[in-house]
Amino acid sequence: MIIRLLAGRPILLAVGLLAALTLPWVIYPPVAMDMICWALFAVAVDLLLGFTGLLSFGHAAFWGTAAYVSGLIAVHSGLPFPVAVLAGALAAATLAVPIGWLSVRSTGIYFAMVTLAFAQLVYFVANQWRGLTGGENGLQGIPRDLFGVDLSDPFFFYYAGLPIILAGLWCAWRVVRSPFGRVLVAVRDNPARARALGYPVEKYKLLAFVLSAALSGLAGGLFAIGHGFVSLQEVYWTTSGQAVMMVVLGGIGTLWGGVIGAGLIVELNDYLATAGFEEIGIVTGTVFAATVLIFRRGIWGTARHLLTGHSGRRGRAGAGRSAAADGEAVRA
Amino acid sequence: MATVLSAQGLSKEFRGFRAVDDVDLDVTEGSVHALVGPNGAGKTTLFNLLTGFLAPTAGRITLARQELAGRPPDQIARLGVARSFQISSLFPQLTARDHVELALQGGTGLGWRFWRSDRRMARFRNRALELLDEVRLANLAETHAGALSYGHKRALELALALALDPKVLLLDEPTAGMGVEDVTATVELIGRVRAGRTVVLVEHNMKVVATLADTVTVMQSGRVLVEGPYADIRRDPRVVTAYLGDADASD
Repeated sequence: MIIRLLAGRPILLAVGLLAALTLPWVIYPPVAMDMICWALFAVAVDLLLGFTGLLSFGHAAFWGTAAYVSGLIAVHSGLPFPVAVLAGALAAATLAVPIGWLSVRSTGIYFAMVTLAFAQLVYFVANQWRGLTGGENGLQGIPRDLFGVDLSDPFFFYYAGLPIILAGLWCAWRVVRSPFGRVLVAVRDNPARARALGYPVEKYKLLAFVLSAALSGLAGGLFAIGHGFVSLQEVYWTTSGQAVMMVVLGGIGTLWGGVIGAGLIVELNDYLATAGFEEIGIVTGTVFAATVLIFRRGIWGTARHLLTGHSGRRGRAGAGRSAAADGEAVRA
Repeated sequence: MATVLSAQGLSKEFRGFRAVDDVDLDVTEGSVHALVGPNGAGKTTLFNLLTGFLAPTAGRITLARQELAGRPPDQIARLGVARSFQISSLFPQLTARDHVELALQGGTGLGWRFWRSDRRMARFRNRALELLDEVRLANLAETHAGALSYGHKRALELALALALDPKVLLLDEPTAGMGVEDVTATVELIGRVRAGRTVVLVEHNMKVVATLADTVTVMQSGRVLVEGPYADIRRDPRVVTAYLGDADASD
């Protein structure tokens, strides 16, 4: 009973908020900033993977596009940074309309491959369009302007950016707990049945895709402003892969899992880099493989399962069935 | 009585194999219309064509003078052709009430409101409970679909189809795989919900057909063999050889 209460939403929310507010006191502020940006990115990916059953392997396209757009707007217009970040999110959402429209007709591994292909296309464009993006040199000298307030100290910038991330996380929570979110889960679990109930499955998937891209863009835009620099890394496929890894590590279809996965991976990367370790991928890869083998529901998914004895209201652990084709078998 | 759902010259070809071959079908408003025939006669394919899950190779489908062929399944469902599935097709993690609420929401725009709380779906609760009561599931409203018995799952399927307030209700083998008791209960249930509704059903059990159907269409090899009231078709020599003869012998 007490354990159930501890795992309840108000307590969790309070703990999460406290952690977010004290983070830059505990760890190096720029790392704290990375952590919350990646947390929102991972949650956005979970919106699609956990609640719509679509594994996107191309979300770097949205994170990276927003990073470039936010950076360019901040460099060239001198507008306050939240405006630049919002414009980045809008750009990501706009890009997601055609990409999503062409992708949501496929499911499972095919969906992953199609999104990956589009992301590689975006990478290619960013690499070639040197005049705009700086190509391999990256986009440099992005200011952090907020009505003349000095935000050059990463410690203060963290608190300036945190509300944007919290708003993004709240949006993700709202979407999942909305009538739309209920339909998404139905589409994920049994698309043929959802269709027979009058829901246009592809259009629902497309809207979920665009919302997920917008939130990824919000995170990517803030990430760019925080670093004052955008590199090609932001549109590279390993960035998509890292976001998926965070979600799987934390627990698919849990929202909180993405936050925890992001915190762990960013901290681990930073620790290894600081220690001068060069092959970071080997360690994070091993940690990832071990965690997924031992806790199939991911860290948060497993913890919640053990604490409350169920896997949550609607989230589903395990990526195995994300190939949502199972219900389509009625075409006999 | 007026024809509510009709198909003209409907065909479906799979790589040279004609699963449904030039079928004409007229479903009279307020009737129960049974589709029978041996396995592979094309009954389920015909159902999938009528509900948009398959696109016809040729032919027309009209619902109260509205063309249905070429429309996606979700649109056909909203226009008024609701279906159940041969194999129960539910969401194991949702309760019976969640299912019916989701079905009731299907015809409204609420499903798009990603900025609203899902508590708004409470507006469907009373109607959902009414429908569950109609199929005798009122006491199982909060049970997860995964925990329902086979017969109860089929009843929930029926409630979902009814929730769409359809002009025509398509039931794909509603008694498939049921024991005698469940069959009796299901026949009683369909007999009750058919009041004021039009029902098309695919059915293998001839006793069920005899009890419920006003009109029977016998299909064989994708074509309509014969059509008429049960009393007439059961004496038709073509039908006896094609299908009923076997069924009578096994009864």
